[in-house]
Amino acid sequence: MYEKPLPHIDDLNRPYWEAAKRHELVLQRCDSCGHYRYPAGLSCPACLSDKLRWVKVSGRGTVYTWTVIHQLYHPAFTADLPYAVVAVELAEGPRMNTSLTACKIEDIRVGMPVEVVFDDVTEVMTLPRFRPR
Amino acid sequence: MPMSIKDRCAIVGLGYTAQGKIPGRSAMSFYLEASRDALNDAGLRPRDIDGLLIQPCPTDPRVSAFSLAQEIGMELRFGADQQVQGASACAIVQHAAMAVDAGLCDCCLCAFADTSRSAPGDMGIIYQRAWGADAAYGLFGVAANYAMIARRYMHEYGITSRQFGEVAVTFRRHASLNPRAQMRQTITIDNHQASRWVAEPLHLLDCCLVSDGGRALIVTSAERARNLKKPPVYVMGMGQGHPFADPLRRRVMTVTGAVASGKTAFAMAGITPREIDVCAIYDAFSFVVPLQLEDLGFCRKGEGGAFIGGGRIGMGGELPTNTSGGLLSEVYLQGWVGTHEMVSQLRGECGERQVSGAETGLVTSSGGVLSEHATLILRR
Repeated sequence: MYEKPLPHIDDLNRPYWEAAKRHELVLQRCDSCGHYRYPAGLSCPACLSDKLRWVKVSGRGTVYTWTVIHQLYHPAFTADLPYAVVAVELAEGPRMNTSLTACKIEDIRVGMPVEVVFDDVTEVMTLPRFRPR
Repeated sequence: MPMSIKDRCAIVGLGYTAQGKIPGRSAMSFYLEASRDALNDAGLRPRDIDGLLIQPCPTDPRVSAFSLAQEIGMELRFGADQQVQGASACAIVQHAAMAVDAGLCDCCLCAFADTSRSAPGDMGIIYQRAWGADAAYGLFGVAANYAMIARRYMHEYGITSRQFGEVAVTFRRHASLNPRAQMRQTITIDNHQASRWVAEPLHLLDCCLVSDGGRALIVTSAERARNLKKPPVYVMGMGQGHPFADPLRRRVMTVTGAVASGKTAFAMAGITPREIDVCAIYDAFSFVVPLQLEDLGFCRKGEGGAFIGGGRIGMGGELPTNTSGGLLSEVYLQGWVGTHEMVSQLRGECGERQVSGAETGLVTSSGGVLSEHATLILRR
């Protein structure tokens, strides 16, 4: 039984999580100016156009920053402590909070190149995570 | 260019309550106690107050400016609940000064209460919630989100955890001189380094307290202020700066709203950082003190770590900062800790921790994850 919290899916972010389930990373891209945004929103913060389209992205990026969590905030993370959370800056621009697989905490560096992997945590939910590349 | 509000309004009353871990008290009881204390301090009666701005209580949003006004027995000409997150204290003083100066009210009471330390159930852990999909990855709470910025700050400028510790040690020493402070036992850099990690690179002693209590203050015109009980502290300059709420969406994560809010406030005051005698910097976490001092122009970007060293921000230093102990060691009542300590300093009421000859001071308050920012420059 998977006991960690799952993302809340709503009308706005549903395409993102449905794509993750297909093992694809998608972002909203502005038809007017080409700006990519994350998390999902109603308009483009670069030009205010509401013509946003979900597109598959490279899944490549670098570690922008990270933290190692030592405090227990949720009982389902007890066995994980201490664990790292990273912010990945995607090649397309947006940054996202996520976690790494196949990487020891002591090997994490700012600027480290990473690529997306998909973790099917439940039958209905897949979390994008990243691994060193 | 509109006529400047510089020096046209003053803070004339300060209200405090019991603070720290105070179980069993309602938010309303703290708002009321703080308001009563501020009125007494100013020598004003409820019927003298015709404006009321409150920062909503994080644990009890039911208290509004209007429910508080009727409990105090005040009929208002001006009032609102104002949510500028942790930046509310300095921002609310600004809005009160603007309302007084515009003639919307004569005397504006401003108040805040928090019961986060003792509130039952989920309300007590409001500072540990997650945003968006973050919980799925185990990213919860304010400390972990600030830790991400702290790491980036270390990466870009080479500031160290020991330098963060210098802030914590200095402010604790200040708190040891403050009878109101929640934490009065002095600490060393080694204690800081040995304190448990909360979210690397932040140790426990890099993190502010969680507290119960309330604060209130009164803003009126400079003219009215001259005939009240306590010496007026004039609002010389003010400004705000609000970068994107989500630190990941800011172009540069290590630049705060203090750049804009400080620039506006210094321009209005017509002075530079050199003329500031004492500071109260919003210290939700140790590292945001050098970060804001850089952005306010006290030193160059990236030099904050060196700037805070050598005793500069301690008592007797060139720029005594957070003389009450701040949010790290006095109490966590958001920006109201800074406003109150600064007014007390400029009145000369700080006893053992008084900065001698303090004439001009700077206060900041900051909300979210360095998302909202407001600056006040005050003088006696």
